[in-house]
Amino acid sequence: MALEKQRFDTLILGAGGAGLNAALQLANANLKVAVVSKVFPTRSHTVAAQGGVNAALANVLPDNWHWHMFDTVKGSDYLGDQDAIEYMCREAIPTVYELEHNGVPFSRLANGKIYQRAFGGQSQNFGGDQAARTCAAADRTGHAILHTLYQQNIRAKTHFFDEYFAADLIRDQEGIILGALVLDIATGEPLLIEAKTTLLATGGCGQVFRTTSNAHINTGDGKAMILRAGLPLMDMEFFQFHPTGIAGKGMLITEGVRGEGGYLINKDGERFMEKYAPNAKDLASRDVVARSIVTEVRGGRGCGPEADHVMLKVNHLDEEVIAKRLPGIRESSKIFAGVDPVKDPIPVFPTAHYVMGGIPTDRFGRVMPTSDDDGDHLPGLYAAGECACASVHGANRLGGNSLLDILVFGRLAGKNIIDYVRDNPSHRPLDEASVSSAMDRFNKWDAKGDGITVSELRKEFRKTMEDHAGVFRVEDMMQEGVEKVRAIRDKLADVRLTDHSKTFNTNRTEALELENMIDVGLSIAVSALHRKESRGAHSRPDYPKRDDAEWMKHTLYWREGDKLEYKGVRSQPLTVESFPPKERVY
Amino acid sequence: MIPDEELKNIERLRWQCRRGMLELDVLLEAFLDQQYTSLSPRLQRHFLQLLELPDPIIHAWCVGGENPDDEEFVELVNSIRTTSVA
Repeated sequence: MALEKQRFDTLILGAGGAGLNAALQLANANLKVAVVSKVFPTRSHTVAAQGGVNAALANVLPDNWHWHMFDTVKGSDYLGDQDAIEYMCREAIPTVYELEHNGVPFSRLANGKIYQRAFGGQSQNFGGDQAARTCAAADRTGHAILHTLYQQNIRAKTHFFDEYFAADLIRDQEGIILGALVLDIATGEPLLIEAKTTLLATGGCGQVFRTTSNAHINTGDGKAMILRAGLPLMDMEFFQFHPTGIAGKGMLITEGVRGEGGYLINKDGERFMEKYAPNAKDLASRDVVARSIVTEVRGGRGCGPEADHVMLKVNHLDEEVIAKRLPGIRESSKIFAGVDPVKDPIPVFPTAHYVMGGIPTDRFGRVMPTSDDDGDHLPGLYAAGECACASVHGANRLGGNSLLDILVFGRLAGKNIIDYVRDNPSHRPLDEASVSSAMDRFNKWDAKGDGITVSELRKEFRKTMEDHAGVFRVEDMMQEGVEKVRAIRDKLADVRLTDHSKTFNTNRTEALELENMIDVGLSIAVSALHRKESRGAHSRPDYPKRDDAEWMKHTLYWREGDKLEYKGVRSQPLTVESFPPKERVY
Repeated sequence: MIPDEELKNIERLRWQCRRGMLELDVLLEAFLDQQYTSLSPRLQRHFLQLLELPDPIIHAWCVGGENPDDEEFVELVNSIRTTSVA
């Protein structure tokens, strides 16, 4: 059967906040937009974002975008690009107002203005008093935004391909992206979507680690497509871990539990944070607590039959306190850990939460294909959201800046695409060789016979990533990890599906996802191995200091030969003075 | 032996259990595997209806301890809450 083809002005892969905000700009400008989403759009991972969106609206306390910029640069441990950060903090304000006008039900003050809450890392006057910068829609901000943007896109006649899996980008001999080969999950049939512009908005990749707070859909599909298209990923070694996820499951147990007096113990019942942070103890910063937990486990003081986690003790607290101040924790622990925290401690381990790195872009969402500081973007290819790296989070992301990132850069990418399509109104000729290559990769999963199952190799891979490229990073174990993940990549050829039917073949979809995760996992492991300093979320006990002289630069990773190159941080903002690197103290 | 058609229906539902929240991924898929086929046709239909609801509502009912405001879902949600995922 001939391959079905459809043509659009723009193809957007992913239907979270970034993809939908971009799509809305384009559909409102009467462009023909296709949005491909492997799950129904309002089930994208944006729905899990409860916190809110930072914007210096100054509705509650004095604020301005320049203070927001300072906090973001400092939070990034000076690895963020200051032109992009300035742009994001300025554009935050119109972006939030546009969402408000589109119908997002933000929580409000008595005077009718948008309510703003205070979060860690927010300051007035460049490191002074606490600021209140986060706009929220109760505790369902992500859902409210996603739902509103989806409805607006339906109104604007965006074309949705729901439950379609994007397999590979199609490109011509000059490297220009012509669209993508996608798979209809319901029928198993491939579809070629040709587009004048393509935007990747496929979200994060937390599923590469055994313990993650990310939904199962976060398998780094867009990042892996970029790697297979011969393009790089940037700063993939920077991965934020939350110290207390439910062990072996990943669901977050909020910091509030320790704030209310909960504390961590090892198998001997020792309150070990007293050793690592004698003053702050269990309320030390996230990275310190996460590393302490892993150090205990690696030192043989872990709990459980596998000695692979520690315990979070809350059963000394009053049952009423737990019910009143920590709602949901009791139910969550009962369901996912099988313990009632009123009676027994909760098994916990650091959980992979957010990736700062991704597809390198400029501040308009245009993909930057080289390490050349003055290099140009790749025409017609865009990325936004957690799959991209603009780079505004640098080595560490602030709370409230992740929803902001996806919304601002989704919107700006959409606006830039409108200009691009106006100037480049024709489709380029299809490159049949590229289509064949994508089809071959897709069809290879038809191979039958004995082999490893997808779930076996996935389990081995995610455990290897957790043990060798997770929170605890020292040279020899990371080197071993890179070799192990390479060996796992080789084993992919031996994986065989257990289901060869066409319709709703989740086994095949999961195989395609596993292939993506392994490529993305290697980008993390290799990038982390070679960054010989500690900065932001990347912590190396063997190189404990930040090294600005040698390492204030971005890592670029290419799949071919696991090649690394580096490029300078853009420390010059657009209209204000640069913030020079300082020691990061909170 | 479950017929092929029924197996495909379960695979279709398995994909519907892919949500935006990890808690729902884990809980709903475990429920599908452990309990779905032994549910009455009425509860199976309710499960399909539940999967059409927004994630925060399913989360509030199945994980957050809130009771469904719609009586129709109470029995199903109580079953989901008993699913073993620990």
